[in-house]
Amino acid sequence: MAHEPSPPPASRRFDPGGFLLSETGRLTVITVLIFVAMALLAPGGRFVSAANLSSMAFQFPEFAILALAMMLAMLTGGIDLSIIGIANLSAIAAALVLSTLFGAQAAGADAGLAIALAIAAALAVGCLAGLANGVAIGVFGLPPILATLGTGLMFTGLAVAVTGGSAVIGFPDAFATLGNGAVLGVPVPLIIFAVLAVAVALVLNRTAFGLKVRMLGTNPLAARFAGVDDLAVTLRTYVVSGGLAAVAGLVIMSRANSAKADYGASYLLLSILICVLGGINPYGGFGRVAGLVLAVLSLQFLSSGLNMLQVSNFARELIWGALLLLVMVVNGIGFRRPR
Amino acid sequence: MTGGRAMPRLDLTRNETLVAVVVVLFCVVTAIIEPNFLSLPTLFDLLRGSIVIGIFAIGVLLVLISGGIDVSFTAIAAFAMYTTTLTLTSLGVDVPWPAAFLLSIVIGTALGLLNAVFIAGFRLPTLIVTLGTLSLIRGFLLTFVGSQLISNMPPSLREFSRLVMIRGTTADGYFYALPWAFAALVLVVVGTWFLLYRTMLGRTIFAIGGSLESARRIGIPVRAAQVFVYAYVGALSGLAGIIHASLARVANPFDLVGLELSVIAAVVLGGARLAGGTGTITGTLLGVALIVLVNNSLILLGIPSTWQMVVIGALILVGTGVPAFQAKRAALRAG
Repeated sequence: MAHEPSPPPASRRFDPGGFLLSETGRLTVITVLIFVAMALLAPGGRFVSAANLSSMAFQFPEFAILALAMMLAMLTGGIDLSIIGIANLSAIAAALVLSTLFGAQAAGADAGLAIALAIAAALAVGCLAGLANGVAIGVFGLPPILATLGTGLMFTGLAVAVTGGSAVIGFPDAFATLGNGAVLGVPVPLIIFAVLAVAVALVLNRTAFGLKVRMLGTNPLAARFAGVDDLAVTLRTYVVSGGLAAVAGLVIMSRANSAKADYGASYLLLSILICVLGGINPYGGFGRVAGLVLAVLSLQFLSSGLNMLQVSNFARELIWGALLLLVMVVNGIGFRRPR
Repeated sequence: MTGGRAMPRLDLTRNETLVAVVVVLFCVVTAIIEPNFLSLPTLFDLLRGSIVIGIFAIGVLLVLISGGIDVSFTAIAAFAMYTTTLTLTSLGVDVPWPAAFLLSIVIGTALGLLNAVFIAGFRLPTLIVTLGTLSLIRGFLLTFVGSQLISNMPPSLREFSRLVMIRGTTADGYFYALPWAFAALVLVVVGTWFLLYRTMLGRTIFAIGGSLESARRIGIPVRAAQVFVYAYVGALSGLAGIIHASLARVANPFDLVGLELSVIAAVVLGGARLAGGTGTITGTLLGVALIVLVNNSLILLGIPSTWQMVVIGALILVGTGVPAFQAKRAALRAG
């Protein structure tokens, strides 16, 4: 090795092999390939039509935000199986605030106040639920899988008990903007996701807290010896994760124009799939928001395309499961390659 | 401990004792509120209700002891049960019920080996692998095998469901019965007990759950043991699935999936640790009893059934949180 001249940096930068081997590069190629395949396969170029592109931009933010919540838990080496429960419980809290403070008939300034209160209620419920997860994991020392399994059942159970299992409806029209509106042609849910994704990326890469999260996920013992307050980091991570799940719950609620205890049940597997596909290491410590965004896009392209090819929902479940396993096998081999 | 000959005290730090106390309390309180609770029909209902969950739980116990987790077993059971029934009805041949059971167990084992390929072969995290196979197996079943109910079960399976071990009528005219399927649970419990505590393989499973790396270094064939564990869970799932279909007298491909969290809850309540290496059959059976009681009899306590999930969630948190917290404090004290 010592006698070989090291390649100049410029040529390495344009080395296609190196780019393909990097996580982000491989994901970009997969995303583009899926997009092109679907554009060619879907009948009559419907996949690349403005209508479909816009409808996709409305569809993915809700589960993309859930994936962000999952990502934070995974980065600490944990997992959050309660995000769907948190999303639905927060949405139901907001829905109850809206429907009690505000009948569907009134309008005007009242509506704005009611919506603000409803959003505040949802975020408060989400953060409290996340705090409960953090306490169970950090204070009581429960394994994250068990803690969030238990709290997830409780959150969903509370949502069922409060509503009797039926949907809560009757929101002011203005509330629909959150999930269905557009600013200068850009869907509002997409804006919400973009803002949150950039914020999470900045926190993870530019703050001490982000560094501590990744240290805790890489090696909890070493992190503790390095002076990381693991309890504080765990609590804050799960509170933020709960808050993100609450935002996803609000978007789902606005798009469905109702809130119900069993919405989005399939999103749990999907958000884990997105994280794993996006290169978030399930053992903790490693992962980038950019990877997550690419994973979200490729799954949305795949999902819409399959929909146009009239593939059933069951087949989509099959494909998602197969994809999750395939990606882990490929990533696992990739991880081992350097050593 | 110096007081070795002291009176045996109620050790509430043990999950088995804790769960046993909760089960007894639950029964006493329910019996006070609803005197009809203490009757043979209730007992046999609970025993019937614990057959399928019990067999699943024994399988999950084995996985947890080995240091893994499996959430795909309900999908395996549904797949094995539905495919077996469909094969028998569409071929039109009437094989005796043991042959149908064997087919279902073989299908279950094959699907368990699929999990083993990813877990033992590629060394991937067990939760995420089995989440993947859960949706893969279920998606395959509903897309390619079928999504229609089969209500005209093969005659041999209908015959099996009529095999009753104990039957009778109470003084006030309530009918009760216990099907022979209950014997399957007893066989599984005894067989697994023998496997865990009387064979080298059982010790191996405890060893790899205790510490995978240590087990590897002392020359234990870790991968072979993992392959066995996931195949065994698959086989038990196939058995539980076909028993479920026989007793329900209908093969519904949408059944069973969704039960996995309750089963894991039962096993974890019984003292098995997710970290592996710990777990007992007694504890698991007590956990199953508690979950079946909560599922069947919560309403007798005046708690509406909509609160069922909250109660199970709370049981998981309290039942695993108390020992986890004590372990953490003990570790802190030890320095």
